[in-house]
Amino acid sequence: MNPRITFAVTGRVLAQLRRDHRTVAMLLFVPCLLLTLLWWIFDGNDLVFNRFGPPMLAMFPFIVMFLVTSVTTLRERSSGTLERLLAMPMGKGDLLVGYALAFGLVALLQAGIAVGLTVGLLGLEVEGSLWILTLVAVLDAVLGTALGLFVSAFASTEFQAVQFMPAIVLPQVLLCGLFVARSAMPGVLEAISDVLPLSYAVDAMREVQVRTDVTGDLVVDLLVVLAFGVGALALGAVTLRRRTA
Amino acid sequence: MVNNSTVDAAIHTEDLRVERGGRAVLRGLSFDVPRGQVTGLLGPSGCGKSTLMRAIVGVQARCTGVVEVLGQSAGSAALRHRVGYVTQAPSVYPDLSIRQNLRFFAAVLGADQGDVDDAIAKVDLVDYADDLVSRLSGGQEARVSLAVALLGEPELLVLDEPTVGLDPVLRRDLWALFHRLADSGVTVLVSSHVMDEADRCERLLLMRDGVIIADDTPQLLRSSTGADDIEGAFLTLVDLDREASR
Repeated sequence: MNPRITFAVTGRVLAQLRRDHRTVAMLLFVPCLLLTLLWWIFDGNDLVFNRFGPPMLAMFPFIVMFLVTSVTTLRERSSGTLERLLAMPMGKGDLLVGYALAFGLVALLQAGIAVGLTVGLLGLEVEGSLWILTLVAVLDAVLGTALGLFVSAFASTEFQAVQFMPAIVLPQVLLCGLFVARSAMPGVLEAISDVLPLSYAVDAMREVQVRTDVTGDLVVDLLVVLAFGVGALALGAVTLRRRTA
Repeated sequence: MVNNSTVDAAIHTEDLRVERGGRAVLRGLSFDVPRGQVTGLLGPSGCGKSTLMRAIVGVQARCTGVVEVLGQSAGSAALRHRVGYVTQAPSVYPDLSIRQNLRFFAAVLGADQGDVDDAIAKVDLVDYADDLVSRLSGGQEARVSLAVALLGEPELLVLDEPTVGLDPVLRRDLWALFHRLADSGVTVLVSSHVMDEADRCERLLLMRDGVIIADDTPQLLRSSTGADDIEGAFLTLVDLDREASR
């Protein structure tokens, strides 16, 4: 890997985003809109909003980044630019980390706005540090980016890429403990939820919500999310082939 | 005994074969491309030109046989700085300007940012440098893709149909550019399915159905087949081949 090339990829992805105002607006404000909607449907019932808010804060960056990344990378694969880049002195790590950095930055902005809104305006109660809360959200976004990069290898059209959302993301949403506590699920499902990254992301959010200090559980949750992200990036690197049929 | 033409060749292949989906796309190609010349790879659409170019650049999977480029095995890491490659479909980012595209690829190649302006000038797009690629015509977009391949002073340029759909003036200018590059020592391999581009090349590889049917200069090809033009030479060679296989 070469930092000059990695940052060139990051800069290029951000330059493309800067030209695409609609996507930027969706990335930054759709989560806010949905969180506000959530707050509104519970109509001032703080107890319920406090239960559903943190998992939502974990989920939005994950879902949005998954979608954006899988489509963007697929476009790179199908337009021939990927083939061209891999025929140049471009390391696979440069490309993947360059993408992850660019979308990580966007995620930082997105999470900052979402946390500011839910805690500042909508009255979400958080005992822990808002910085840690934002960090968790950014890690979730990076996880979404990494998984999106990975699945883009298995889609041959943008239409297929979008279908991976219900296939890969929604089961995680159902099993992450949002609707039923994971410990109350049938044994098989609880076991499955134990190996899904979003479960740890949601646990981490809840941990920050109720504990003022950085607990060992929180650190473990964050490390698990990070490990899944790095693992997905590594798998993504395997799917980038210099030689293709 | 060392064959000198082999050592000096920019591209050297021996019994190169590529199979795709159980079908032989390249059927045992052995040829040399000399350095510092413009070599044309001519043949009808679907004859395997693009696959051959992909094998030379080292992005084609399941190649057997020998492909050596600038003295090294095709696709080796050391070649990625030395070979410029233009695919048939323009592979640039439509949502960036011409200059942004070139700056990005220059950074990847470690090329000087001054190269960016040079490359834009060489393909005659100075007036459009800050326009989005998506707003350009097909021919202009193809030239942006060509400009990317000119970055970083490559020793070998592999150009897959770079002049398709361009107006005659522009086509002439691009061929002049290819010859200037060749005069400065760059090896240029250009594919085309338009036979009338043959006379602009110093050397020709005629290809049909995954096989090289002729490897010569345009003059010698015409005189040896007795044809007036390369299209005639091509037809004569195909007819001879049919008779021979009867």
